[in-house]
Amino acid sequence: MSDVQAFRTGDTPLPDIVILTHKLTRDYDMGGEVVRALRGVSLQIRKNEYVAVMGPSGSGKSTLMNLIGCLDTPTVGEYWLNGQKVSDLSDDELARIRNKEIGFVFQTFNLLPRANALHNVELPLIYAGLPGKERRAQAARALERVGLADRMDHKPNELSGGQRQRVAIARALVNVPSILLADEPTGNLDSATSAELMQVFQDLHHQGQTIVMVTHEHDIAAHAARVVTLRDGVIATDQLQAA
Amino acid sequence: MRVLEAIRLALQTIRAQKLKSGFSAIGVFIGVTFLIGAWSIVNGMNRYMTEKFAGTLVGVNTFHLRRSPNVNFNVQDSVWRAWRRRPRIKFADANAVTHALTVSVVTAWYSEDRGSVAYNGKVAKDITLEGATERYLDIMNLKIADGRAFTPQESRAGTTVVVLGHDLAQKLFPDVNPIGRTVRIHSIPYRVIGVVERQGNLLGISLDKFVVAPALSPIQREVNPPGVVDALIVKAGSEPEMREAMDQTEAIMRSRRHLRPRQDDNFAMETSEGVLDFWKKLSRILYVVGPGLVGVALVVGGIVIMNIMLMAVAERTREIGIRKSLGARRRDILRQFLAEATALAIVGASLGIVTGVMLSWLLKVASPLPASVSPFSILLGVVVGGGVGVVAGVYPASRASRLDPIAALRQE
Repeated sequence: MSDVQAFRTGDTPLPDIVILTHKLTRDYDMGGEVVRALRGVSLQIRKNEYVAVMGPSGSGKSTLMNLIGCLDTPTVGEYWLNGQKVSDLSDDELARIRNKEIGFVFQTFNLLPRANALHNVELPLIYAGLPGKERRAQAARALERVGLADRMDHKPNELSGGQRQRVAIARALVNVPSILLADEPTGNLDSATSAELMQVFQDLHHQGQTIVMVTHEHDIAAHAARVVTLRDGVIATDQLQAA
Repeated sequence: MRVLEAIRLALQTIRAQKLKSGFSAIGVFIGVTFLIGAWSIVNGMNRYMTEKFAGTLVGVNTFHLRRSPNVNFNVQDSVWRAWRRRPRIKFADANAVTHALTVSVVTAWYSEDRGSVAYNGKVAKDITLEGATERYLDIMNLKIADGRAFTPQESRAGTTVVVLGHDLAQKLFPDVNPIGRTVRIHSIPYRVIGVVERQGNLLGISLDKFVVAPALSPIQREVNPPGVVDALIVKAGSEPEMREAMDQTEAIMRSRRHLRPRQDDNFAMETSEGVLDFWKKLSRILYVVGPGLVGVALVVGGIVIMNIMLMAVAERTREIGIRKSLGARRRDILRQFLAEATALAIVGASLGIVTGVMLSWLLKVASPLPASVSPFSILLGVVVGGGVGVVAGVYPASRASRLDPIAALRQE
């Protein structure tokens, strides 16, 4: 990316940069031995970009994903999300950022098995502190948007894989997050359902949603407008591709 | 997440896992049941003792002059033997005290023993035989239901007339009026002149199986050696008057017994306070033992809940990870699990309260124990039960809240 801001420590990102990482490093202490999962990743993602993060296992893409998702904090480096520096926030502040700014879609869906679809979608709104009535109304609207209006009172085990993933998407989007963060979203789906899901992502992208998707499948990554490849904890390639 | 939300969630989880929740709440349930039940017994006894027992045995503003106290608790053998060696109270003592008292009092003396009463071939065994002077029925608050009491003349003359207790009358005369009939006490005939109102029972012992005959009638030979009485009863109009009468009685008795100043009294004056004293000693033990047992049950209940909650945290690690990824803060998770533990304990405590109240009611109806539920014990049950939940929940909940979301999400 040639037109990105040359970022130096102490700078503030430009307003249309949603994600900015500056020389992110993440070390893990594995029983006395330090494993360096990320070795200085600098990445900028603008509003409404659709980015796929690729790389073989051990390349650090999960680590990057956890850092971007504010589930983890970097050992060294800066991370700015939507104009706010989040790399040195406390646990509770990170929880608030996850709640407001990030919508997760996981490979294994990660729905609460005992709760129905509506309640699963309500969860982020509960932690946002919304009153019950408003919560249910918003959650219902989010489910309608993913075409599950008639499945609201179904538990996850009463839904197909594709439907579960759509519940997860409704949950991810219900708080209107800055980024949709998908971790191998098609990993547990057959190819037909995968194609459907990619269409949903495409539609969201066209509606202005910023999407970051981690995948190791090339044909899934092909749906994204930009592909970032990691290798050994650093960015190996970063290229735009024709839609 | 607000507190209400946490409570709602906790109740949902409990409802979803009824059996497990039931088992985990059982310790607190038993503890609180016992708390309510045991407390109701002690409470009931307490009321009973102060309102009825002491009044029945001795009477208000009344004292008994006896050889030794009638109601005892934990008396040493040596003391007991010393009491047995004391001289007995004589007719003469009773008369002397009665005439010498300057306070306005009502007195009566009586002797009693157990024996049988027969009518027309029917024999009632184990009946309290009382030989008493005419004011005895008055002082002991035994009201005549049918017929009349004996007169001072009959008392002085030792007429063979008798007043029956309610149960005894029912037993000997199931379908005829006992008034005017003749009963035999140790083969001596007595004419029935009255029946006393039903008195009920005292700790399961019927208070209605007795006869009262004039103290000087032949019954005196059945109940005591000649000239000896069990007690002189003195009833005063007020507490200070009773104290005054007791002082005078002590002085009279000491002079009659020729006691030197250094010698102790060799007679006893028993008041309702003395009887209550006995109860207080007993209830003090109950108040120590009761809470001890309740405490043990509640500690066990708390440990069970803590275990269940630790298991729940382990089982629901992934759920915790999901919730955290969606923005749950530590305190949200803490609240969720704390609310669950507390709700479990309170559900157990509530069931315990219901069962305890029913138990106490059952005791009251089906046994002589005068159980009575104290409202304070219900409040205490809820508070203590909930407290156990909070204490037991803190550790598992704080463990849950400190889980790393990444590790928690990875858990299967």
